[in-house]
Amino acid sequence: MPETTMAAALNTALADSLERDDRVLVFGEDVGKLGGVFRITQGLQQRFGETRVFDTPLAESGIAGISVGLALAGWRPVAEMQFDAFSYPALNQTISHIARYRYRSRGRAPMPVVIRIPEAGGIGAAENHSDSPETYYAHTVGLKVVVPSTPMDAYDLLVQSIADPDPVVFLEPKSRYWSKESGELKSGGLPIGRARVVREGGHCTLIAWGAMVSRCLEAADLAAEDGVELEVVDLRTLVPLDLETLAVAVRTTGRAVVVHEAPMTLGFGAEVVARLVEDCFVNLEAPVLRVTGYDTPYPPATIEEHYVPSVERILSAVGRVLSY
Amino acid sequence: MKVEEPQPLVDQEPADVPFRLLTPDGTLQGDLPPGLDRDRLRDLYRLMALVRRADLEATALQRQGELAVWAPLSGQEAAQVGSAFALQPQDMAFPSYREMGAAVVRGVDIVDYLHFYRGTWHGGMYDPAEHGFGMISVPVASQCLHAVGWAMGAAMDGKDACALAYFGDGATSEGDFHEACNFSAVFKAPAIFFCQNNGWAISVPLSKQTAAPIHRKAAGYGLPGVRVDGNDILAVVQVTQEARQRAVDAGIPTLIEAVTYRLGPHSTADDASIYQPREEVERWQALEPLSRYRTFLESQGIADAAFFGSVDEEAAAIAAKIRAGIAAAPPRPVHEMFQWVYEQTPQHLARQRDEVLHGGQDADA
Repeated sequence: MPETTMAAALNTALADSLERDDRVLVFGEDVGKLGGVFRITQGLQQRFGETRVFDTPLAESGIAGISVGLALAGWRPVAEMQFDAFSYPALNQTISHIARYRYRSRGRAPMPVVIRIPEAGGIGAAENHSDSPETYYAHTVGLKVVVPSTPMDAYDLLVQSIADPDPVVFLEPKSRYWSKESGELKSGGLPIGRARVVREGGHCTLIAWGAMVSRCLEAADLAAEDGVELEVVDLRTLVPLDLETLAVAVRTTGRAVVVHEAPMTLGFGAEVVARLVEDCFVNLEAPVLRVTGYDTPYPPATIEEHYVPSVERILSAVGRVLSY
Repeated sequence: MKVEEPQPLVDQEPADVPFRLLTPDGTLQGDLPPGLDRDRLRDLYRLMALVRRADLEATALQRQGELAVWAPLSGQEAAQVGSAFALQPQDMAFPSYREMGAAVVRGVDIVDYLHFYRGTWHGGMYDPAEHGFGMISVPVASQCLHAVGWAMGAAMDGKDACALAYFGDGATSEGDFHEACNFSAVFKAPAIFFCQNNGWAISVPLSKQTAAPIHRKAAGYGLPGVRVDGNDILAVVQVTQEARQRAVDAGIPTLIEAVTYRLGPHSTADDASIYQPREEVERWQALEPLSRYRTFLESQGIADAAFFGSVDEEAAAIAAKIRAGIAAAPPRPVHEMFQWVYEQTPQHLARQRDEVLHGGQDADA
């Protein structure tokens, strides 16, 4: 089986989607000749031409705003925001228009738009290059929010997102771009909106998405050495949230820890915990804890390792949960 | 050494004089725009008169509590009707929230349009694609980018079509206006930016929005900029026709600044007498578009008293239709609140819908 990086898998997903549907357009800042600052769009312009794959002026609201018009004209825009925090100038277009167009038009004008955003930290980047903006998007009704954690799933989820009739904010955990996985790139696996149990374990359920899934797996490996079996659930999609898979997992173990990189207060973990309390209160043996980034701006690169949830912090939370 | 204060640009260049075909007293100077035969010339008046009447009716309906809010457009009929009249059916107009005049020209049913203001449904009840008239867009200047994207898409399909974005003078302070102008020029998108400079952004005068004449901003993007007398419908038709031709033939977008005036408040929620000088309103009242154009039609023998009488009758009928249509319109069924958020209603949303409809019984079933 060939090994593929997440970056290569995403590149192939874009290429296959451009190939399959000639209404798909890929655009953003530096996505053309350079192939994107993370090379996710490498070679696409050469292969599909400057009409299908093009650089835009440096203006994020413009990138999101033309997506609306292009979708209305029958195209399927796949827009790239260069970094997480650079997606904020586009929030007005994303929230006020992309997310609401289908609703406002009574279903007549769908927005099959994908906004790809390299997100989260852990790569020693400069300020404004490491944010985890998922809550802004997850709180915006009308958007789907997808966060892959592995190369194979990244391929599948991106192909599905581009084919999806609804707007999708596709968050790419940039610290995982160079992670490798063996297997064949194929679509048609678990649909958007379904979580995945990536490791079984009876003592406690770890719930994560994006880059934190592999961190949780590391923690589970270590815990197993001490005889503690941790289950790991990869949400894959924050909106719509797969409550059923979550509830089954948590009812089985009776204990859960949610792990994410965004700040704790009103982070998506708060939503997960609230849902679990509503659905599984009688099955819970302990409070559901969160291990998250702190309620600070994402810190400078030289101290970011103290901010991003570590294996130690995860295991410490597991210890507290198990001690109930 | 004394440093001179930088002076704001003033309207002093020849290009700053708005293009005009009708003098304020209704005299034609120059040639009529091409393609305007007698019937079409009369139609322009008819449309403006209907829009004026519908606007007054909407204001009255708001005062009576039938509409939640209304953004009047009286004074801007020539700018809206003239520009929309210059479009072709395959074109797409992207309005803000003050473009009922353009909506009427595009064939949108006025009652369907007014449902936005009644609070029946966001975006109005009409089909944007059917009429080539986008949904009412409230976030200021945001629709300019939609027009550019649509124009890019139409051009890629090789269509003989352009997109026209409507916005006001206040919108030229927003980033999206600048991004749209810039994108359109870079991508040679067949777009028209149609600014109705009506002098006021709610209570803030033009001088507090910009130190440069709006039409001159176009040069900064590499676009032609045109200033037109927005109360002269013939001039508006002509400059918009020309802009359309440049857009579809050569991919050259145009920024049109139609100089007009908002004779009423920004919306029925504000009191214009607090900020609008009475003399200014009176000065502009004398320049309002309908009477000027009517004088032209009469003096040229294009329309007579019988024509104007029939227009008045039609306007009264439309006002009655609006009144009846609005008064009869019930709220949409509650389940529609949950419809169309996504193509397929996700489970969590279905549960919330069932809770509203059945007190949650279905959710537990």
